[in-house]
Amino acid sequence: MFGMLKPVLKNGFGKPATRLYPFVIREAFDNARGKLEIDIDKCIFCGMCQRKCPSTCLTVEKATCKWELDPYNCIICGVCVDACPTKCLSLNKVHRVPVYVKENQINIGKPPVKKTAAKEKA
Amino acid sequence: MGDRRTVIPFGPQHPVLPEPIQLKLVLEDEIVVEALPQIGYIHRGLERLVKVRDFNQMVFVAERICGICSFQHAMTYCLGIERLMNIEVPERADYLRVIWSELHRVHSHLLWLGLFADGFGFESMFMETWKIREAVVDMLEATAGSRVIISTCQVGGVRRDISPEFLQQILKLADDTERKIKAIENSVMNDYTVKKRTVDIGIVSKEQAWKLGAAGPTLRGSGVKWDARMIGYAGYKYLNFEPVVETAGDCYARTKVRFREIFVALDLLRQAIAKIPSGEINVKVKGNPEGEVLVQVEQPRGEVTYTFKANGTKNLEKMHVRTPTFANIPAFLTMLPGCELADVPILALTIDPCISCTER
Repeated sequence: MFGMLKPVLKNGFGKPATRLYPFVIREAFDNARGKLEIDIDKCIFCGMCQRKCPSTCLTVEKATCKWELDPYNCIICGVCVDACPTKCLSLNKVHRVPVYVKENQINIGKPPVKKTAAKEKA
Repeated sequence: MGDRRTVIPFGPQHPVLPEPIQLKLVLEDEIVVEALPQIGYIHRGLERLVKVRDFNQMVFVAERICGICSFQHAMTYCLGIERLMNIEVPERADYLRVIWSELHRVHSHLLWLGLFADGFGFESMFMETWKIREAVVDMLEATAGSRVIISTCQVGGVRRDISPEFLQQILKLADDTERKIKAIENSVMNDYTVKKRTVDIGIVSKEQAWKLGAAGPTLRGSGVKWDARMIGYAGYKYLNFEPVVETAGDCYARTKVRFREIFVALDLLRQAIAKIPSGEINVKVKGNPEGEVLVQVEQPRGEVTYTFKANGTKNLEKMHVRTPTFANIPAFLTMLPGCELADVPILALTIDPCISCTER
């Protein structure tokens, strides 16, 4: 009957188990998967991320050099990061913040320089 | 007698159940005479998605069938596809799958213990168990990147490795968790109120449990020594494992099975970390699956089976999932007649219901 007495006393006089959020914020773990980011200058708009994405949250248009992400549909699995041939995608540690208006993240890049053209110039 | 009967709807929204299931309870005074279940409130049609997503993308869909045993769902799916495609998974990946599975089992059983304690008003136990669970979930985030749905399984192995430092941290976590659980063991298992609410309530005999196709702790609590980990899938074939069995078949026995299983899971974690070899964590997958296969995996709630039919294209032809809660509903319905209305929430919780699994 008094089995809980020890934990109760410990909890009553010990330090709290929770943090005083938002005044005390726990640092994200190094491995944490927070948000998908792109270095658009490195993107070649091959569309590999779009083809591999299990939640179909990515749209890549080669003609207009547009890379579009629906961050509220993204499941942050990181498949696109693994699949990207130029390694322009990355996951950062910080989680997405709540918003009032949900908008897609649109990145417009420059057309990729073709390897053969680059060789000719050289 | 007939005119004394009352029908009371239990659910689909009920304080002890975070998910919707309805039971139409036929009562005579305060005693349940019959229970009629109704499911189908949150059917999502995830199995149908095999026609739309390719077999690699489906890992993440399978993972989302359940929020708590998510890794085991992904692993079962991957085991099935690997068997269809004759893929030999690296040994290290097998061990990593065991480590993540057992971490999931520990946090699932602690979550259940908290909800169960909350079900009969033992609020302080609910907070204690969830406090212990928090460290386990933090470890999942530190090793895999996410707290619950960790997305580390893929066809051909796993997607992330665990560094030796983190393996040591998991060992420390196992010791800490064991110490903390042992500290509350007496308050849960030998408490007068807990025993009053659980002992000799909702008895399912060994024969009934087997005949009704019960799974997991519900089956083992009735004395049947069956645990899908005995088959030796993934890394379990390298580890010593003895299933936890209790014979009474009542709510107390099922609670005890889950409680003891936490220690077994922690022991398996220690064994896996002691034996884990170095090497590759995945192999490259070429081609498409073809054929039919059935895979069984032991989840925290019981045995899940996946059946696949593939025709050599990137989309599977058919996928069928039989989840432990679905298997436990017939056993649950046999527990109810004869019990008091106030015991129904406790009985519902002792099968550890996961309705989102059941409805898929």
